[in-house]
This record gives sequence, structure tokens and C-alpha cells, in this order.
Amino acid sequence: MTTRLVEVRTKILKQNDIAARSLRDDFQAAGVRVVSLVSSPGSGKTQFLEETLRILRERFRVAALVGDLATENDAKRLARALVPVRQIATGTICHLEAEMVRTALVDWRLDDLDFLFIENVGNLVCPATYDLGEALRLVLFSVTEGEDKPLKYPTIFNTADVAVITKMDLAEVVEFDGAAARSAIEAVRPGMSVLEVSAKTGTGMPDWIRLLERLPRTSVAS
Amino acid sequence: MHELSIAMNLIEVACEEAERRDVRIVALHVTIGPLSGVVRDALISAFEIACESSPLGDIRFEIVETQVTMQCSVCEAETLVVSLQELRCRQCGEPARQITGGRELELTALEIEA
Repeated sequence: MTTRLVEVRTKILKQNDIAARSLRDDFQAAGVRVVSLVSSPGSGKTQFLEETLRILRERFRVAALVGDLATENDAKRLARALVPVRQIATGTICHLEAEMVRTALVDWRLDDLDFLFIENVGNLVCPATYDLGEALRLVLFSVTEGEDKPLKYPTIFNTADVAVITKMDLAEVVEFDGAAARSAIEAVRPGMSVLEVSAKTGTGMPDWIRLLERLPRTSVAS
Repeated sequence: MHELSIAMNLIEVACEEAERRDVRIVALHVTIGPLSGVVRDALISAFEIACESSPLGDIRFEIVETQVTMQCSVCEAETLVVSLQELRCRQCGEPARQITGGRELELTALEIEA
């Protein structure tokens, strides 16, 4: 059988890209700043987000979406910050997709928000591939995970804008080498901003809040 | 392991294209980059599983892997990076601030019955 090639050049995730672009347009039109968080399970992402919501809600209108495979535990925890929180149960899917975000937001008025946070499923691999329409993507890892985490998961660091090192209150106990961690981040994502925080003691949180406040209300689509 | 979702997306895109052009597919040619977040072998396995239950049936699957490239401000050229763990110019060592290739995740071509 003779065959021939027909050039197509179509993005495999074009449906997700289209949905993400439309979300980004909606977020910009509403003036809501959207920040997503990715990390491995147990990095302290939920506590970091809970503290962030508590601080911001004094002066801003904030809300959060939280992706989780099965339980609603994280959503319940975040709701303690007394802001609107909605769970996205992904079932067996290991990451959030733009369409899931759209569905979760369907009856929320974006105009009523200043900040929206999207906590992805705890996973340092799969979320890297999916644009969610966010203006800023954070990748978090804790001092207990080891300084070489960025070298093991370079792709997720490459798709993120800011790296956040969490649980800094434990740094001394686990003999965390901050310089090694920063150089690992710099190796996989030259020029990446790095924050060192402890949601428990509040260390580094003011810098993080300042960074959020400086985000333009309408961001330039990447 | 998100490769199964990706494989299903791929088949959907391929079926759409085949229908639009009214052709019968014998193989899919796919390009993936090291920064796409997709693992080659996992994608191949996922593709085989996803194909079984699709209208495409038993077709071939060809993957081309690209390399990560950057625009080097020192070399004033598009160059290769050392590795994913060392994202800097392979020629002069300048850190990669501007990535120009390596994120591809694309159905490049359909191979069809002539």
C-alpha cells in the first residue's frame, strides 16, 4: 500500500488552549488577578494558601478553587479563611484542565473578585502541560523535600513564574541548604524569582503579599 | 500519568482532521519537546490503549523528539541548551532567559492511503 503524508501541525491540546485563552480574556475583562499553585503532595501548599487568603481578605475580595483527586479536606481547610472556596474533584485525573476551571466558576461573578487562587492537584509532573488561564503560576517545594527538587522536575519549574520555598521554620532542623536550592532553581529556570516563606511563623509572607499587590489587574497573556 | 488524556486528545484531533479531509489514516506523526511534560514511552503505551477503542483502530504512531533551544544574547543566535537541568547555552554557557523551542506537543502530519 502506498501512503502519503499530509501536514497538519495542530496542537494536541488545542481544546485546552482555546479554553484557557477564553478564561484569560474573562479574567482580564473582570480585572481579577488569577494565581495558580502547583507542588508535590505535602509541600504545605494548602496552609500557605490559607494564610494568604486570611491576609488578603482584610483588604481585597478573594476566592479559591482547589483541585483534589478525592477528598474535600483541602477545601474545608481553606474555607476556614472565611472566603468563597470551591472544590474541583478530579477523580482519577492527576491535574486540572482549563475546562474544569470554567465549569467550577460558572455561577461565580468574576467582577466581584480582586484575586482568585487555583490550587492544582498535588503533582509536579502532569500540571506542567496545561494552561489554566492564570496570570501567575507558583511552584512550591518545602525545605523537607530536598534542595534538588528543581533538578528532578525541571519542566514544572520551567512553566512556572515564581518558586516558593515553604516551611522555612523547619530549615535549621533539616539542615536545609538555601544556597543549593536557589542554585538548582537558577539552573533549571534562569532568572526565576524565589521566595522563602513559613506560613506558620509568617516569615516571608509580607514579600509574597507585596508581589501579589504589584500584579497588574490586566495581565499580558503569555 | 496524564499521557492517557493526551493520547485521547490526540486521537480526537486526528479523527477531526481525517473527517474534514475525508481520508483514511494509517499513521500519526507527532512532535514532542522535552519541555512539553510528556514522556515518550508513556505516550506510546497510552496511545496503544486509547487507539483500541477509537475509530482509528490499529494504526502506526511515529514520534519525533525535538531539543530545547534558546535565543542566546551572547552568541546572537538560536542555540541548544546543555540539558533540562542546566538551561544555558551549549556554546558559551549563557543562562537561557528566552526559550525558543522544546515545548512542542503537536500532531505534525497524518499519513494516509494514497
